[in-house]
Amino acid sequence: MAEWIISFFNITDPKLVKDISEQIPYLLNNLVFAAWETVYSTVLATLFACLIGLPLGVILIVGEKGGIRPLPSPLMKALNVVINLLRSVPFLILMVVVIPLSRTIVGTSIGTVASIVPLTIAAAPFVARLMEGSLREMDRGTIEAAQAMGCTPFQIIWKVLLPECLPALLTSLTTAFITILGYGAMSGAIGGGGLGNMALNRGYTRNMRIVLYVAVVALVILVQIFQSVGTHLATRMDKRLTGSKARKASAGDRGRQARKDRRMGPPGAM
Amino acid sequence: MIELKNVSKTFPTAEGELHALTDVSLTIGDGDVYGIVGMSGAGKSTLVRCVNLLERPTAGQVVIDGADLCAMGQKELIAQRRSISMIFQQFNLLMQRTCLKNICFPMEIAKVKKADAEKRAHELLDIVGLPDKADAYPAQLSGGQKQRVAIARALASDPKILLCDEATSALDPKTTRDILRLIKDINRRLGITVVVITHEMAVVEEICSHVAILDHGRVMETGTVEEVFSNPRTEAGRRLVYPDGVRISELPAANVVRIAFNGGSSYEPLIASLAIDCGVKVNILGADTRNVNGQAFGTMLLGLPEDPAEAAKAVAYIKNQPNVTMEEVRDYHG
Ligand SMILES: Nc1ncnc2c1ncn2[C@@H]1O[C@H](COP(=O)(O)OP(=O)(O)OP(=O)(O)O)[C@@H](O)[C@H]1O
Ligand SMILES: [Mg+2]
Repeated sequence: MAEWIISFFNITDPKLVKDISEQIPYLLNNLVFAAWETVYSTVLATLFACLIGLPLGVILIVGEKGGIRPLPSPLMKALNVVINLLRSVPFLILMVVVIPLSRTIVGTSIGTVASIVPLTIAAAPFVARLMEGSLREMDRGTIEAAQAMGCTPFQIIWKVLLPECLPALLTSLTTAFITILGYGAMSGAIGGGGLGNMALNRGYTRNMRIVLYVAVVALVILVQIFQSVGTHLATRMDKRLTGSKARKASAGDRGRQARKDRRMGPPGAM
Repeated sequence: MIELKNVSKTFPTAEGELHALTDVSLTIGDGDVYGIVGMSGAGKSTLVRCVNLLERPTAGQVVIDGADLCAMGQKELIAQRRSISMIFQQFNLLMQRTCLKNICFPMEIAKVKKADAEKRAHELLDIVGLPDKADAYPAQLSGGQKQRVAIARALASDPKILLCDEATSALDPKTTRDILRLIKDINRRLGITVVVITHEMAVVEEICSHVAILDHGRVMETGTVEEVFSNPRTEAGRRLVYPDGVRISELPAANVVRIAFNGGSSYEPLIASLAIDCGVKVNILGADTRNVNGQAFGTMLLGLPEDPAEAAKAVAYIKNQPNVTMEEVRDYHG
């Protein structure tokens, strides 16, 4: 592979030749695994962060004054303070601080699995705020209608609030996922695995330029993929945008594209 | 029967206490279509929200069929609310559910079996005239159709009472009429007590049997629609019952009478016979009459001639007409 690239591009610069012949084999051996590590640690951390953050977000909305099931205000204040506190600690510092905790929970403080612990702890309050924001979009009138129908607070949360906000929640989830992906890259600094580790500890520290660029590009591609999938699912799911309208809009786009193609003529034609 | 006994509601605000309702007492009989009218901010929504305790009164009692809602625990209240349905100006449907699922919702929370609920939901869609919209989402419906779905949903729990808070205010006149007919029809067929909140007198005229006039959080007048409309006794009542477009301040200072048609004759023959029988020409300053349940109904402001003798003749003539009540309006100034 490395030789093929050198000969195909007819590369003569000896430094570049050295880089390519050393780094391409490294990438071939490690890139896929690093990407996989990034994806699974991000997915797991997002999952755990949501398991903590979503209920917290619900409590923030439901328990506030004038909410569906107001909770004692000292409790709400304490919750808000804790969330703000956790959110204000820089991630790099949080990672170092929770090393002992990682050791108790997963048995080690180094590696991809261990990095899931600080990722989760850092992301949970962020996710709580994101979910709070999404749930706040809920129309008060609809909640009132449910109350008037004799829904219990639990039924309102479960059958009205969450289902009605699902598209917004999914959009938040996507944001959370991508932020955690970014945090995860940072965890490479303290021994977490994945693309971040590859970019930092190989690409940057050992001055492996090609590895650095490829790892960064791979991260960019992952972000694009997950963002597109998230946005697509959220729009598809949202019944407020009526299906026919959305379809018409995209058909229009296709029509415009086709007309443009005709104007341009077949590729290669003068 | 709904009895509101000395209900008051104050809201704490930054500028001190806001008295949204003050000592409101109302009795709404079974099967009535009871209108509650008032200007914007009069407290209509607050009042109707007190009926199902969405808003807890600061003082007073809300008694439904003998049971005081304010004294109930959460469980009992929730059970009670299932027999009081409500529809809203903004429809408040669940946007992520199909119409059928929206109508199933009250049955779902009452733990009715899914198959039974869906069967009933289809029947209700038939009743409100949307049998083909079962699988449509609310975003795909017009306003009138959304309100029909909301009505079907409101009926799903077999309520005794239907509360309508400005249910037609977001709809055009034709759709308003259709929806009001539907509500009236439901009242007649199912015997459901209906409470209609509105700021439009036309809505009251169209469907209500009784009406209460609310002003600044106080009930000013109550009675049958005929009583209150033909002879509003309070300033607030007159302001609402008055024909649209008439500004009290622009009327001549004297010789103005307000005539209310309480069924029976329409206004053209009256004006004509005034001219023919008495030889008195009157000026129509404003009129807002319409057919209600097949009777001429509404109000008109007449300017009488300057000459006191002629004016007296006209007044005497009008007073002798059946189904017409009259009062002088000159006190409105100053
Ligand atoms: N939650 C609240 N907090 C404070 N003030 C309130 C609240 N709800 C209503 N009010 C006030 O109470 C008064 C009555 O409001 P309400 O909504 O009952 O009026 P309304 O008659 O329904 O008016 P509209 O026709 O505009 O709907 C208003 O002055 C309003 O500002
Ligand atoms: Mg209102």
